[in-house]
This record gives sequence, structure tokens and C-alpha cells, in this order.
Amino acid sequence: MTVTNDPDELEAQFAQWRRYVRRRPELSESDADELEDHLRGSVGQLTALGLHDDEAFLVAVKRMGGLDELSREFAREHSERLWKQLVLTGDTGPRSRSRTDLIVMLICALGAAVSVKVPELFQHSIGYDLDGFYSLNYSLFALPWLAAFLLWRRRAGRLVCGVVAALFVVGAAAANLYPLDTESQSIDVVATHLPIALWFVVGLAYISDGLRSARRRMDFIRFSGEWFVYLTLIGLGGGVLTAFAMGAFNAIGIDLWEFTNLWLLPCGLVSAVVVAGWLVEAKQGVIENIAPVLTRLFTPLFTVGLLAFLVTIGWNGRRIDVDRGNLVLFDLLLVLVLGLLLYSMSARDPMAPAGKFDVMQLVLVASALVMDALVLFTMTGRVAQYGSTPNNSTALGANIVLLVNLIWTAWLLLRFVRRRQPFAVIERWQTTYLPVYAGWMWIVVLVLPPVFAFR
Amino acid sequence: MRVAKDLVAASATPIVLGILADGDSYGYAILQRINELSGGELDWTEGFLYPLLHRLERLGHVESDWRTATGERRRKYYRLTEQGLAELAEQRRQWATVVEALKQVWPSVGDFNPLIIPREGTA
Repeated sequence: MTVTNDPDELEAQFAQWRRYVRRRPELSESDADELEDHLRGSVGQLTALGLHDDEAFLVAVKRMGGLDELSREFAREHSERLWKQLVLTGDTGPRSRSRTDLIVMLICALGAAVSVKVPELFQHSIGYDLDGFYSLNYSLFALPWLAAFLLWRRRAGRLVCGVVAALFVVGAAAANLYPLDTESQSIDVVATHLPIALWFVVGLAYISDGLRSARRRMDFIRFSGEWFVYLTLIGLGGGVLTAFAMGAFNAIGIDLWEFTNLWLLPCGLVSAVVVAGWLVEAKQGVIENIAPVLTRLFTPLFTVGLLAFLVTIGWNGRRIDVDRGNLVLFDLLLVLVLGLLLYSMSARDPMAPAGKFDVMQLVLVASALVMDALVLFTMTGRVAQYGSTPNNSTALGANIVLLVNLIWTAWLLLRFVRRRQPFAVIERWQTTYLPVYAGWMWIVVLVLPPVFAFR
Repeated sequence: MRVAKDLVAASATPIVLGILADGDSYGYAILQRINELSGGELDWTEGFLYPLLHRLERLGHVESDWRTATGERRRKYYRLTEQGLAELAEQRRQWATVVEALKQVWPSVGDFNPLIIPREGTA
């Protein structure tokens, strides 16, 4: 470091030091102010003794002692801070931003709750969905509101907002204008794939401030995983609350069954989608701690499970039974494996060198690959036998899309584990592949039904 | 010679309360004062002082507020409360007992009196 006496440079050093301090969850904004004042006092005294700004700064920081020790002491005194990050009463510092966030979120959640009930005015029944309207449309009552909240938060440009809105309209049109018979396969295919297709639109809203950035896409994967965790937690809490409420009212002779089924569940569910999204946004740092734990827990379990299954197949020489239910099951399993893979990659420190856990992931990917190949093999047999249907074409396509990703991921992971290339390459591959999934989901929703004449 | 860790910890509260009894002060000045009082022998770090101040605040012995004195930076000042004053009196009573006992155990102990007993008339 060169010795200069530029006051701007000194200020820059203070700012840098402050940023460093603020990264510690143990130290609050006010503590940072207090410590900075201390540091300035110390620097002032040293410069008065004749030291240059730079030297004074270095000595003062050194005297201050390691930040590790400092924050350890603060943590001991303020242990609640390490826990309380999730509390929503932002009572210190500039919190007006989070307050408006809260208000916008509440509006969006309320909007979702209202919108899910509106179709009932037009003879659609939410309780007995005979015409299949709600089965097809349920994602359209929640996800646009979540996307709206995200767009607002990102201050997204008009173009992005327009594209997102247009995609929701296209999805709604496909779900409602296509003549989908409730007995057809097409209705199942659209009902299951439209939410995923729309989730990618939410993703577009999420990364609207950095469309080309791989990091932002990875953030979206992280967001998806954490959103799911939050939604599950809210669902569990809501379920317990509902059960108690129903029991308590039952005890005084009032039956809440109708209210719960027609109002509480549908409205609660769609607003929980928005609330969960807001929670992830509001408290990004908190749940981060749970992502590595979850993936560390489930990656080995899935690996063992898949390996056991493959060994059993090899041992007994059995073929996979190819009825429709089983194929869907295997597809879901593969999607789950991929989700786990993506989630754990998003929770991983990209700079960390390859370790045992990465080897485990490689095993997981490899076994998923074998499984995918087996399923694909039996599936082509099925297509050859029965001809193509909306169901098996959808499954076939999804498997091919997955297979391509898994093959390349396995190859990249292998190279990474053998220390031939950095982890960032895998990350980039996964994030660039996201649009392929989105594309396939949209093809399933928009193209397949007319191709199969809405069978 | 450095004062042992246990002794530093035990004497920390009465010293800080005693300094604040002299008048409201802020972290940096308190640390300076302690240095001055002990001739640099009391080894207090920032990681020791600030959590201590926060603890005393949590216990209600001191109060803090951000002030801007003329021509100075915005600073977090600490002020002794009624309760802190009572605590200081209690600590002094206890320390007096300890010093009294030490005096009897070590006959010629008079010369280190001023350093440990908080100065008269400050509380």
C-alpha cells in the first residue's frame, strides 16, 4: 500500500472497513456506527502524533483487534441477533423500503385471494371442480401476483413487464380456449405443465434486473428452493391452525367444513404463494443456512435409494413395469433428483474445491442417468406398441431434455471432481440450460394439445 | 506488568460505572480514560469494552443516545442511570470489603489503594 495523505482515500478506507463490518450478522448498523466513531478517534489521535493517514488507519485497525474476536464478543452479548433475523419488526435503521415491500406484498396476496374466488361468480365451483376450470387455472390465480410483486421490487422496465404479462395471457388462453375435455389426456398434461411453465415466467420477473447474468439465474434457482421450503412451512402451520379452528368450532356446534374448503384453503394457498416469495426476498440471508443442510441430508439418501433400486433391477433382471402411473413416478423422481442437484449447487460455495460431497453428487447424477436411460428404453417400447399419446409424448420429451442435461452434468462433474476445471463451468451449464426446460414446458402446454387434436 | 484476565473482568463494571459517574462519555473516550488511569496496565480491547457497555445498558445501569456536540462527529454517549448509581455504590461497598481484607492479609499494602478504590466524591 502506498503512503498518501489523500483524505478521500482515507474515507474510502473507512467505507470499505464499514462494509466489511456490516457483513457480520452479530454487528448491527448502530454498532458499526459506534465502532467507526471509535476507529476515527483512534486514527485522529495517531495522525496528530505525526503518522500519515494510511499508516494511522492501518495501526488503528490493528489495535481494534480482529473482527472475529470482536463479533464473537458481540455475539455473546447479543446472541438474540443471530436468531432474530427472521423477525419482521424492522425497528432500526432505514426500513421504509421493507415497509413498502410489505404493503405491496399484502396487496398482491389479497389480490390473489380475491382473484381465486372471482370465477365462482361465473358458475365455476371451487369445491366441486366438475368442469375442470380450477384444475387448469389454479396457478393463474397465484403466480401472476407473485410475478407482479417481483417486478415491482426489481423496478422492472416496461418491456420485461409486457413480456411477463403477455406470457401469462398466453398461458391463460391455452388453458381456457383449447377445447380440453375433462376425460382427455391433454387436460392432465396441460394442468400439470402450465404451473411449471408459468413458474419460469415468475423466474423471468425475478431476474428482470439481470436477464443475461448467470448469477441471477442461479439466484432464481436458490429462490425457487427456498420459496418451496417457506411455502411448505406456511402450509404446515396453516394446516395445524385450521385443524384446531375446526375442532374448536366443532365443539360449540358450528361446522367450518364449508368455510374451510371454499374459502380458507383456496384463498390461503394462493396468498401463501405470494407471502413465501416475499419472505425469501425479505430475509435472503436467513434460510440460506438451511439449504446446505437440506441438500447435505437428502443427496446421500437419494443416492442410496437410487443405487439400491438399480442394483435390484440388475440382480433380478426385472424390467420396469411400464404402466402410465409408473412412468409418471419415474419422471417425477428424475425431476426431484435434478431439483436436488440444482438446489445444492445453488447453495454451494462456488470457490470451494472438489470434495467428497461432489463425488457423491456425481454418483447421484450417474445413477439418475442410468435410470433415465432405462425409463427411456421402456418408454420407446411403449410408444412403439401403443402409438404416441399426449401422455407418453410428454414423458418422452421430458426424459430426453433431462437426459441431455444429466449426461453433460455428469461429464462436467467428473472433470470437476478430477480437478480439471472449476465449479463455475457446471454452474454456467445449469443456468444456461434453464431456458430449455422453460421452452419444453411451453411446448407441452401450447403445441402438444393441438397436435394430438386435444385427445 | 499486566493485570490478570480475571481481575480485569471483575473490575470492569465498577471502573466503567465510575468513569460514567464523572460525566457522560463515549466508547473511545472511556477506553482512553482507562488507559490513562491504569498507566496502560489494564488491557482493554474494543471487543471487551463495547459488549460490556451494551450489557450494562441491557441491565439498565446505563442509557445511551446519539449526540452531536458542536464541531464533533455524531457519537453514541453513555449516561449513568439511577440504578447504575446504586449499582456503583454497591460495587464500591464490596470492593472496600475486599481491599480491607487484603490489607489485613498483606500488611504493607497501602500504596496500591488509590488504583483500585474509585476516587472519592465521584459517585
